Amino acid sequence: MSEAAVSHYLAEYDRFRDTLAFPGLAQPRATALAYLKAHGFPSRRTEQWKYTDVSPITRRKFTLGKSGPDTGDETYVDSLRFPQLGCHELVFINGIFSAGLSRYKPLPNGVTAGSLQSLGTGDAVLLEPGFTNGEIKNAFIALNTVFLNDGVLVHVPDNTEVATPIHIIYVTSEAGDALMSHPRNLIVLGRNTSASVIESFAGIPDAEYFTNNHTSILGRTGSRLDYYRVQQESQRAYHIGNTWIRQDADSRIDCHTLSLGGKLARCDIEVELDEPGAEVNLNGLYLTNNRQHIDNHTLIEHKQPHTVSNEHFRGIMNGHSRAVFNGKVIVHEQAQKTEAHQSNANLLLSGDAEVDTKPELEIYADDVKCSHGATVGRLDENMLFYLRSRALDRDTARSLLTYAFADEVIRDIRFPEIRERLEHSIAGELPDSDLIEEFMQ
Amino acid sequence: MLTIRDLNVRIGNTQILKDLDLTVNAGEVHAIMGPNGSGKSTLANVLAGRDDYEVMSGTIEYEGRNLFDLAPEERAREGIFLAFQYPVEIPGVNNIYLLKAALNGIRVHHGKGELDAVEFLQVVRERMRLVKMDESLLNRSVNEGFSGGEKKRNEIFQMAVLEPRLAILDETDSGLDIDALKIVAEGVNSLRNESRAIVLVTHYQRLLNYITPDYVHVLSDGRIIRSGSRELAIELEEKGYDWVRQEAKAA
Repeated sequence: MSEAAVSHYLAEYDRFRDTLAFPGLAQPRATALAYLKAHGFPSRRTEQWKYTDVSPITRRKFTLGKSGPDTGDETYVDSLRFPQLGCHELVFINGIFSAGLSRYKPLPNGVTAGSLQSLGTGDAVLLEPGFTNGEIKNAFIALNTVFLNDGVLVHVPDNTEVATPIHIIYVTSEAGDALMSHPRNLIVLGRNTSASVIESFAGIPDAEYFTNNHTSILGRTGSRLDYYRVQQESQRAYHIGNTWIRQDADSRIDCHTLSLGGKLARCDIEVELDEPGAEVNLNGLYLTNNRQHIDNHTLIEHKQPHTVSNEHFRGIMNGHSRAVFNGKVIVHEQAQKTEAHQSNANLLLSGDAEVDTKPELEIYADDVKCSHGATVGRLDENMLFYLRSRALDRDTARSLLTYAFADEVIRDIRFPEIRERLEHSIAGELPDSDLIEEFMQ
Repeated sequence: MLTIRDLNVRIGNTQILKDLDLTVNAGEVHAIMGPNGSGKSTLANVLAGRDDYEVMSGTIEYEGRNLFDLAPEERAREGIFLAFQYPVEIPGVNNIYLLKAALNGIRVHHGKGELDAVEFLQVVRERMRLVKMDESLLNRSVNEGFSGGEKKRNEIFQMAVLEPRLAILDETDSGLDIDALKIVAEGVNSLRNESRAIVLVTHYQRLLNYITPDYVHVLSDGRIIRSGSRELAIELEEKGYDWVRQEAKAA
């Protein structure tokens, strides 16, 4: 299976190699191709992929699209924007940048936030860290490099605050052709900077396609990033995401991930806290329904003393769906005075739904504060009875408790418009949410 | 208003209530007293409709209807209110939104229109004064991070807003200091009227210093072994539950 898939993608590469951008990246591409040939796609025999079978992706022959935006795409893209936030928006349709649908806002001097293809040749050097800050861990990361054609570079020079949120929107709007796209984002925050970046991944309903994203984030000393990753692909789509985060001293990244869409979706987030004072706050929410399968893998490495991580993931599973959470935290020997807290709570709404949760802590330092906890449960009967004794009918009480469970990881989002949108997206996925509109003001 | 006949209730294999009879009329305040484990809270929860309990036999008639035909929310809409012994914390569910949904649910059930935000807030402010509730508790999640006293006060506050026909207070006095106890008692007293009945479930007669019951019942090992007036509670306080238990045995 995997070999046939590798041959397919090698043939696709041969077919498109002359049209792909960035001939200067021949070396990383060659390395990625070699990886693909040597290792193939992960199987469930690999520990990291034990609970997620990628053969639904590998047995389909996804292909690169050639068509950009269509006149019909605008309404759909509009539904993804945050009009009140006044974001600097970069929109891609079927993997191809759309200047017409993007919305530029004035940004401080020296800030770059645009499509990779629009970069001047001199800027290409900025891309370099995105290819050197991590090994190729699986075929999807390799595939992203092999087919790298566009994406976004956000570069904030030292001592610059970017108040305007930057919103990167990837939409697949073609239903017929089993399209794939491999969007690549690189976010580099210089020293003493701040910025907010939102990544949205979406597709028109019922489209069957494959999005294989890779995002690298570098936070230099004293930088501060609010990072949102909103995955709401079509219910028939396949989504793989890899986010690499590297942080220097006294940097802080608040990361919110929401996984709603996709028939099969996997999101890996790997964080390296490389210098003292680095702090990451990782919040995640995944909702699965029908026969969806959503897998979240996180890895946080505390490499130096006085680093902090707070991780809080929640999931709600309904129907015959399945979710996976694997959260690994490594506290290296020299990383004394580390604080690492992880929690993962899961709510099963159906007897046929399933979740596999696995917290992994490896602690090699002795003066640290670490905690972790994982729970899988159903709605609390005491809470249900309390609400019903206050005249709420059973369905409303259930819906309200389910929503409240999810909202725990959303309600602290700093931008009200993002929070409210996400709250409504969540409500839209939950049973009987029309009954609880009053509670969502 | 409420007529309980030969009620037998169990949890699992343990029978909790045995051949219990009780009649409560509108306008009356009944105190159900008894030692720990006597079945007081079970009675309160069965009335509110918690389904952990199995009713083996007996009947409960409320306002002429078979209470067992009504789901907990239907009982609430028909005017039954349980002030919980241990009000549960519900993270993420706003206290005041819940109360508004509860009140409007009850109003709509009785063919009255929903209150809008302004009207509702008027009711809330008025009733808050009654129990001296801190306004900051309104917009918090239900009971989340409330002290024991604040939780109990929130229950009485909800009761004051929802204006039940039959209020059941399950050990509302436990864990309250004397000042909080007085406030809660004042709240309850102000709700006493001829169309409303109140059932106080309590271990100590302390609460009855501030809320004078019309009837006192002693529950022991799942049975009402003695009923009397306010004086019975005082006698109990002096002589303890063993006294009445032994008298019951002898009889």
